[in-house]
Amino acid sequence: MNKNVKKSSEANGKKKISMGSSGAVGQGNTLAGRFFDVFNYVFLSLVALTTIAPFIYIIGASFATELELAQRPLLIIPHDISFNAYEYIFSTNKIVSGFKNSIFITVAGTLINLFFTVTMAYAISKPRLRGRNFVLNMVIFSMFFGGGMIPSYIVVANMLNMKNTFWSVLLPGAISAYNMMIVKNFFQGIPQELEESASMDGCTDIGVLWKIVLPLSLPVLATFGLFYAVGHWNAYFGAMIYMPGAREKWPLQVLLREIIILSNATVADSSVLDPEFVQPPEQSVKMAVIVVSTIPIMCVYPFLQKYFVKGVMVGALKG
Amino acid sequence: MSDKVHAPKSIHDARKEYLRRLTADILRDRWLYMLLIPGFLYFVVFKYLPMWGIVISFQNYVPYSGIAGSEWLGLQWFAYFFQFPSWTRYLKNTLLLSFMNLIFYFPAPIILALMLNEMRSLRYKKILQTFLYVPHFISIVIVVSITMILFGPTGIIFKLTENLLGTQINYLGSPTAFRWMIIGQSIWKETGWGTIIFLAALTNVDTQLYEAAMVDGAGRFRRLWHITLPAIRSTIVLMLILRMGSMLDTGHDHLILMANSLNRSTSQTLDVFVYQQGLQEGQFSYASAIGLMKSVVSIILVVSSNKIAHALGESGLY
Repeated sequence: MNKNVKKSSEANGKKKISMGSSGAVGQGNTLAGRFFDVFNYVFLSLVALTTIAPFIYIIGASFATELELAQRPLLIIPHDISFNAYEYIFSTNKIVSGFKNSIFITVAGTLINLFFTVTMAYAISKPRLRGRNFVLNMVIFSMFFGGGMIPSYIVVANMLNMKNTFWSVLLPGAISAYNMMIVKNFFQGIPQELEESASMDGCTDIGVLWKIVLPLSLPVLATFGLFYAVGHWNAYFGAMIYMPGAREKWPLQVLLREIIILSNATVADSSVLDPEFVQPPEQSVKMAVIVVSTIPIMCVYPFLQKYFVKGVMVGALKG
Repeated sequence: MSDKVHAPKSIHDARKEYLRRLTADILRDRWLYMLLIPGFLYFVVFKYLPMWGIVISFQNYVPYSGIAGSEWLGLQWFAYFFQFPSWTRYLKNTLLLSFMNLIFYFPAPIILALMLNEMRSLRYKKILQTFLYVPHFISIVIVVSITMILFGPTGIIFKLTENLLGTQINYLGSPTAFRWMIIGQSIWKETGWGTIIFLAALTNVDTQLYEAAMVDGAGRFRRLWHITLPAIRSTIVLMLILRMGSMLDTGHDHLILMANSLNRSTSQTLDVFVYQQGLQEGQFSYASAIGLMKSVVSIILVVSSNKIAHALGESGLY
């Protein structure tokens, strides 16, 4: 039943989209209209180009030798292709361990996110649950007001003593209230009859969640899992403030900040320079580090784009 | 139904009945409560404990003695901040950056969405969208890193403008360039992604409206003005209210990456102040007090802009 409803709404959506755009475009038979079309195509193509041009340049230049970079600053495809930068970063333990830490934080963090989000969303998706309104109000209030950066830091670092442990980056963001509410709304949309029949067969609520609800929610879980995962991969602030004394646990983003941003010797405060990087690394090494830390996102993005967009749409329509 | 027929005789009985049903319900839902525990604890520990931690704004908090053992100062930190001669600079930097955001960054996704909506080729539009969404998934550290490589003294853009204009522009170290760099990075990173919500609103426009307007001889720009724009008006208002709420948020995680000793005069906003005083200098109470002031003003801004939206006949945020 749910499938049918979903299918028809999807078909509806598609119809609307195609009709909407053909209607909006109409017949541009006037000269001004045609001129606008040309301008629109050229302008939007240029905008799209600027979003990827920096990456193309960085990827190209990361394979160039230092000499060629200095002589031809405008290069896109280097004449002499050199893998020195990559050899260098994979020979230093630093980047490799940063990569491993990023993967660990992303995988463990996302699993924690999904566990906390799903269990709580399922519990408060049941209107019969006593105390549900209290918990709901508690969640909603936290979306508008928070303790702020410093009290949160004190809780994590001083009260829970999580400083310099992986917990400090895994737990403080375990639930995004916004995502949890959307998952809750999704759970509420699942037909009650399905769950009731299962509980009549002797399933507990946990059994129903595991055997009936979760298999039906895989696309939603995939979407929010991806949002959480990208968030973990890209995060640097938590690791920077909570794990200053545990270099061996730093994820790539914190290392990147140190290698590129702090060592930008021309502008950065010399006082904050890390002694290990007093000599700013070669330009191509910086670029190679950027490529290495961006590649995982770039590789998965084309396949997952529609899930991401769907996630925003769901939030936009429900919120 | 049967409960009402056999109405309890005394208050004592009523309480007993209530407790009996409460325990029965809780027992019935015991597994649901078990599922609720992790999330509930999360909100208590990581959201509500910090709210209670705000009390350090009225204390001289010393980590060693904890909140219970720290000395109470009342509103002293707030007074201290306003006696500090350059507090106006922090406020000015915050508000200027916010206004620039409002003027340049806020309308960008709306304009882009309208332009995408006018595309004739759906396939080409899809390809463009694929590219436009990419920067949203790039870490801010990488965005700033790329900026430093491209705009730094050996970077391609630095060299290009040097050759074209004949002068060197200090993109990374000058106070005037700082705000433009921040705005530019924000626009580059989020404009494409920001179009999604407006494009979603545009798919709900009734196509018959366009057809009727065309019959009446309305050109493309009139249709845009009278049909398309009104269709996304409530979305724009909603986004504007949300934007108002973050008027004092300048994005500390972005700013502290671009801030350096040379652009200090423009890069120090209230967010940066909280980070520097609190986490770098260890002045927890002082920084927390400034942070609290910020959140209170933000809430007031959201509530009042929502009221204004209601007064203008929009549904607003809530």
